[in-house]
Amino acid sequence: MSTQAEVLAVATNDANAADGPTKASGSGRNFGKQKMSKALNNRETSLASRLVVTIVLGCFAIYFLVPIWWLFVAASKPMGEQFSAPGFWFNGMHLGNNVAELLTSRDGIFMRWILNSVLYAGIGAIVGTLLASMAGYALAKYSFRGREVVFGVVLAAVLIPKILFTLPLYLMFSEVGLINNPLAVILPSIVSPFGVYLSRVFAAQSVPDEVIEAARIDGVSEVGIFFRIGMRMMTPALVTIFLFNFVEIWNNYLLPAMVINDSSLQPVTVGLVSWFASNGKVPMSLVVIGALVSVIPLLLLFLFLQRFWKAGLTAGAIK
Amino acid sequence: MSVVSQIRPPLRKPRTKGRPAHTAAMLVAPFAVFFVAMYLAPLGFAIYRSLFVLKRDGLGLSAPTMVFDPFTNYLKAFSDPVFIESLGRVLLFGVVQVPVMLGLATALALLIDSRSARAKGFFRLTSFLPYAVPGVIAALMWSFLYSGSSSPINALLEPLGVVIPFLSEDMVLWSVANIVTWGWTGYNMIIIYSALQSIPGEILEAAKIDGASAWKIAWNIKIPMVRPALILTTVFSIIGTAQLYNEPKVLQSVSGGSIDSAFTPIMAAQAATAAQNYPYAAATSVILAVLVGILSITFFKITNRGSDS
Repeated sequence: MSTQAEVLAVATNDANAADGPTKASGSGRNFGKQKMSKALNNRETSLASRLVVTIVLGCFAIYFLVPIWWLFVAASKPMGEQFSAPGFWFNGMHLGNNVAELLTSRDGIFMRWILNSVLYAGIGAIVGTLLASMAGYALAKYSFRGREVVFGVVLAAVLIPKILFTLPLYLMFSEVGLINNPLAVILPSIVSPFGVYLSRVFAAQSVPDEVIEAARIDGVSEVGIFFRIGMRMMTPALVTIFLFNFVEIWNNYLLPAMVINDSSLQPVTVGLVSWFASNGKVPMSLVVIGALVSVIPLLLLFLFLQRFWKAGLTAGAIK
Repeated sequence: MSVVSQIRPPLRKPRTKGRPAHTAAMLVAPFAVFFVAMYLAPLGFAIYRSLFVLKRDGLGLSAPTMVFDPFTNYLKAFSDPVFIESLGRVLLFGVVQVPVMLGLATALALLIDSRSARAKGFFRLTSFLPYAVPGVIAALMWSFLYSGSSSPINALLEPLGVVIPFLSEDMVLWSVANIVTWGWTGYNMIIIYSALQSIPGEILEAAKIDGASAWKIAWNIKIPMVRPALILTTVFSIIGTAQLYNEPKVLQSVSGGSIDSAFTPIMAAQAATAAQNYPYAAATSVILAVLVGILSITFFKITNRGSDS
């Protein structure tokens, strides 16, 4: 166990040295290196090597962008012609109409799925972040018996694939009658061992003992210190943990697919796959447009909150 | 390992000065309660269920009863050719896909880190973009690109007289591997890249002054120095491989039978659950958890022995 903890911690520290949460822009290079590389860059690289590197990187970029590009192009074609040639180029711009049709077809169930996803991921991520930050802060700032044990168990949980808990959770929920209850999706998702790990690291870094001591002298209660001072100083870390939780819940498929059968309670991942596997009962065109729309919220979230997830991702990274 | 333990943030002894220790307990308790309920309890419940078998009476009229029989489900799993085959398939998948993906991720990280790279931010962002696409949605997208009748990739290749049967029996595992590689290469790249960024500039400069070529520096300095990041990404990839479910599950409905309902161990366990065979599903889950644990720990042991010598 200790080895695993160390690997995780090493990765974290390497990352923090470069892209720490306190350094929001996260452009990387430490100062000395940055000055040096700027001065040397153009002198030391030949045009040929720049060209080769750019071409190879361009090939990678094409590989990563092609499926998303196809999805966008296909969703913009006239309704029903999503798979017409040319595959990778436009045939008019009908995205607006198509999205409107998506949102109104089947009694607007698609919008319902999106709302469910937002609700599950939002509630799960907020509560999960709160629980994780409390536990992580306590692990970083208080010494109590069993602290190492608690932290060890949390780390072990980080390293066990979450999907392995899904079937046992399903068995347990069907025993206690929680099937088809949104709680069956939300309750497991508010437990984030990785969030505890991250917030312990961040609390140790960003909440100085002196501040806590000063607050105590001023007569602030222990719990008050956490909620009024600790949480405020940990805000960037909390945003990161929130994002990670949100993405993980939004992307989850197996758990909601197993515990929620009622279509109107399903998140968008489960709903779309059910359309996809409906053997043509739902036109594939709707699935294509739905897939594009379902990707947009997370893409926007990622683009706008870049500086936060970069810090968090490099600080340990988990699937 | 000594360097490693120095780097690890020490669990500091904070000055609580006899402050009510129950504050810490209060802060940890909410998480602990849900952790026990949502992690330990289901795991315990699964182990418990896996030790029983369902016995039906001859006519099947009364409800089946649970009989304690600790080995039957496990023996059944290990002698079930479908389950064993799914384990073998995922093992093959992991042995090929994980090195390919991490090789690509490392190459990409080194390229973006190199002095010859331009527009680094753009390339970092595009490679990370797939991470924001949910696994099942990525699988949906790729299934459209793969599908025989309408595959735009094959339409492009047609003038060359090439048709790739993405969903054929022989190809489908690698088509799944491509989806996973597409989704996670950028994510792994970011981890490796951030480790590269923390290599002190002086070391690289010294090597350069000594006349080391860019290849030599990459191979002999950069890669050894990002070893912890490579170990981390390998372990997470092994764990990810064991979870293989979303992509094959989505492709199943268009695969024309080349993906069966027990294509991966998780799919097999899920199928057993759907067939109400809970004890067997529980047993396969437990087996899988143990196997993943053994694999991860073995990997750690091997890589650590390397670093001690």
